[in-house]
Amino acid sequence: MTSAPVLLEMRSITKTFPGVTALSDVNLEVRQGEIHAICGENGAGKSTLMKVLSGVHPHGTYTGDIVYQGEQVRFSDIRASEQAGIVIIHQELALVPGMSITENIFLGNEPRGRFGIDWKAAQRRALELMEQVGLQEDPDTLVKDIGVGKQQLVEIAKAFAKDVKLLILDEPTAALNEADSRHLLDLLRGIRGRGVTSIIISHKLNEIEAVADTITILRDGRTIESLDVKADGVNEDRIVRGMVGRELHSRFPEHTPKIGEVFFEVRDWTVRHPISADRLVCKGSSFTVRRGEIVGFAGLMGAGRTELAMSLFGRSYGVYLSGQIFKDGEEVRLRTVSDAIAHGLAYVSEDRKAIGLNLLDDIKTSMVAAKLSKVAHHGVIDPVREYRYAEEYRQSLRVKTPNVDEGVTKLSGGNQQKVVLAKWMFTDPDLLILDEPTRGIDVGAKYEIYGIIQRLADQGKGVIVISSELPELIGLCDRIYTVFEGTVTGEVSRAEADPELLMKQMTSTKKTPIR
Amino acid sequence: MSRIKDLQKNLFGGTTSNARQFGMIFTLVAIVLLFQIWTDGLTLTSGNLIAVVSQYSYILILAIGMLMVIVAGHIDLSVGSVAAFTGIVVAKAMQEFSLPWPVGILLGLAVGALIGAWQGFWVAYVGVPAFIVTLAGMLLFRGGNQYIGNADTVPVSEGFRTIGAGFLPEVGPDTGYNNLTLLLGLAACAGVIWRELKSRQTRREMNADVAPMWISVLRMAVMVGVIVFATLRFAGGRVGTSLPISGIILIVLVLAYSHYTRNTIGGRHIYAVGGNSRAAELSGVKLRRVNFLVMMNMSVLAALAGMIFVARSSASGPQDGLSWELDAIAAVFIGGAAVSGGLGTISGSIVGGLVMALLNNGLQLEGVGSDMVQIIKGLVLLLAVAFDVYNKSQGRFSIIGSLMRPFRRDDPPPPTDRPSPASDAGKAPVAG
Repeated sequence: MTSAPVLLEMRSITKTFPGVTALSDVNLEVRQGEIHAICGENGAGKSTLMKVLSGVHPHGTYTGDIVYQGEQVRFSDIRASEQAGIVIIHQELALVPGMSITENIFLGNEPRGRFGIDWKAAQRRALELMEQVGLQEDPDTLVKDIGVGKQQLVEIAKAFAKDVKLLILDEPTAALNEADSRHLLDLLRGIRGRGVTSIIISHKLNEIEAVADTITILRDGRTIESLDVKADGVNEDRIVRGMVGRELHSRFPEHTPKIGEVFFEVRDWTVRHPISADRLVCKGSSFTVRRGEIVGFAGLMGAGRTELAMSLFGRSYGVYLSGQIFKDGEEVRLRTVSDAIAHGLAYVSEDRKAIGLNLLDDIKTSMVAAKLSKVAHHGVIDPVREYRYAEEYRQSLRVKTPNVDEGVTKLSGGNQQKVVLAKWMFTDPDLLILDEPTRGIDVGAKYEIYGIIQRLADQGKGVIVISSELPELIGLCDRIYTVFEGTVTGEVSRAEADPELLMKQMTSTKKTPIR
Repeated sequence: MSRIKDLQKNLFGGTTSNARQFGMIFTLVAIVLLFQIWTDGLTLTSGNLIAVVSQYSYILILAIGMLMVIVAGHIDLSVGSVAAFTGIVVAKAMQEFSLPWPVGILLGLAVGALIGAWQGFWVAYVGVPAFIVTLAGMLLFRGGNQYIGNADTVPVSEGFRTIGAGFLPEVGPDTGYNNLTLLLGLAACAGVIWRELKSRQTRREMNADVAPMWISVLRMAVMVGVIVFATLRFAGGRVGTSLPISGIILIVLVLAYSHYTRNTIGGRHIYAVGGNSRAAELSGVKLRRVNFLVMMNMSVLAALAGMIFVARSSASGPQDGLSWELDAIAAVFIGGAAVSGGLGTISGSIVGGLVMALLNNGLQLEGVGSDMVQIIKGLVLLLAVAFDVYNKSQGRFSIIGSLMRPFRRDDPPPPTDRPSPASDAGKAPVAG
């Protein structure tokens, strides 16, 4: 690998925003035909570096040189970098949902015929590109009708249509399930064989270890090191050490659970899809939670874990058909979210930006939003009380912000997640349902979130953790339920939990569903 | 933080979101001064100020309701028609059944509430976009006005006219001023001082930085100065005139609704719904109820505005309230509300409305034709919002900050060499 010529060299890149230095003297060297991973915690400068490279931050707004294919380049915008064969695929996909696969692939790059767009040629070329990326679909299918994994492939096909030489993928597998992730990584290996170079940014270190040839680690806007995966014998722990600047002895804090009696029980919970009347998203699911217990819900994407959680939380998803909820031995009916909150339930959603937070709010407003009555007197909000609560949570959860008047968008992902946790801790819940609580969060912040979850359990609350990362569930939970196609298919204790067993139960209905 | 920024924050009392509002106050002052010079001092005479208030108070009342509608993420195009419809119903009812005028007002408010419930039902419970519901309402109630009034004008009684054309009575010793207006001014000064002191107290309790006393004094002095000036102007007009009753109604509404939107749970729910309705719903906000009440409240205020207008022009006619919705919506957006909802303040909308009103008034005093007035107003609206959009694309903006940037000394310290992950409190969220 090391013999391949250098395709891209970024030399002492420094980029400042008003008040902060995002990148300081960063160097990056990418060789022709390799898969180059960039690792770092949130806020380390990974995305900024890629924005500098792709012209989002145009030449002149940063200092330093970019040498690409042996020449110094100065991109004024994304189009300029794309013309040079550098294509970036962002975490939020840039596809038009209501257009077909073909239309998306050639969006902004349409093959011209004599009368406008030559759709025949486009179709033919689309099929070729789709075959290259291993996408088996009718090219006329609308993008909104295919899954996230396939959408990702459409993005890559779109990049190929632009004759890509350097493909940049920002968190490509964050939203993908295991099978789709594997397919994507295989594809990356495949295109490496064809001479396309790729840069991949990911928090999933196991994937990086498996696929990358070289790893560059950034920390606090600086290049820490560049590792050759094979020569240096890099493993996950090695990467983590580079990212956080110290050895993480364990990814989970030490914890001795103090488990009490069963206080929350769901029986035969059945919910149908909000639109199609014959589709059940929850089919006779039953489970229990004990006080002080951390209960995991494992399942593949689309297994119905989120739907189960949200339908329990004041029927905020789907149409309730049957089933009962018992809390402290008595049946409760939670028809609205306010009912659920009043009965001590809290739901921290998997998508904190879309449905977890009001991004216009500041930190303190967000933290008290789910139980305003606690800081109000006759409906009038007391700013002093609001401030004090927010300050308390800022300190106890160690939210990294100078003060609680800052807007939540100014926080990094991990700190935003802490704000959401504070928002729900503020409602004094007995049962917290945390849906993907560490998605898109870096290693250090994950560790802190795990600690918070354990502390909540130690206060005698029940905590449900929904996660797509099996190691996380196994490391954190006292008991794990597996969910498949809307049904709870198994229950595994901490002692017997291992990925293979869980995966087996996550992919088959051993229990026969009630309906 | 730079010292300049601190100073700005201290002087204008607030968070970063009100750079736009500050800009508007700045614009308002500039417009007043410009016209004051241009019209040889005519703009700030007692007679003109009183005329401006009685002429635009109903638009500003609409702007209050419209702000809440827009913050919740909707729009109301029907306010002009609702105002006209209410006006004709009230005028006709008082004429036909010789209702006493207070009953007429109550009837008008009830009609507004009913119309609001109708529109709120479609928006909140059926889920038809407010744009469509109120577009329909615009046609419906305009037609209703003409149907009930036979496209004719209907006069209203003397008593009813007070709310639109009335003034405070002359009481007490002859001071050469309207004594009740003077008292109101005094109360306003006391209110301003009390509020300033209370906010200092609150900040102290929050352990937040309290601005130096001289800044508070300066701020109070400016506000008291403005109030005293306005009081003397309004109290010192022709004998028998004062601050108009419609102006008093407006001030009461502004105070009440400002308090509601800023300090209460209900108010915060409106912002939550507009900012992210799904997040609000999952936080226990009753989405439908908020939407319903916001739409209903708008129609009640439109009814009130309609009655004030009828009272002022002493009759209800088929052309009442034409294109009021546009003035109200313009005021709200000039005042800094976001088109996508979730942002905006009552005070901002009032300032926005005043900018439009004074622009209108000044141009009319100068004898500029209504064609040019409309062109200028259109450009002002466009520029104000374009300014906002531009700011957003440039990140956070502050007028003073941008003026002073070359002089700033205290740049942020360079990052230390090896900050431990736990202590990088100032880490920027710009990347990752």
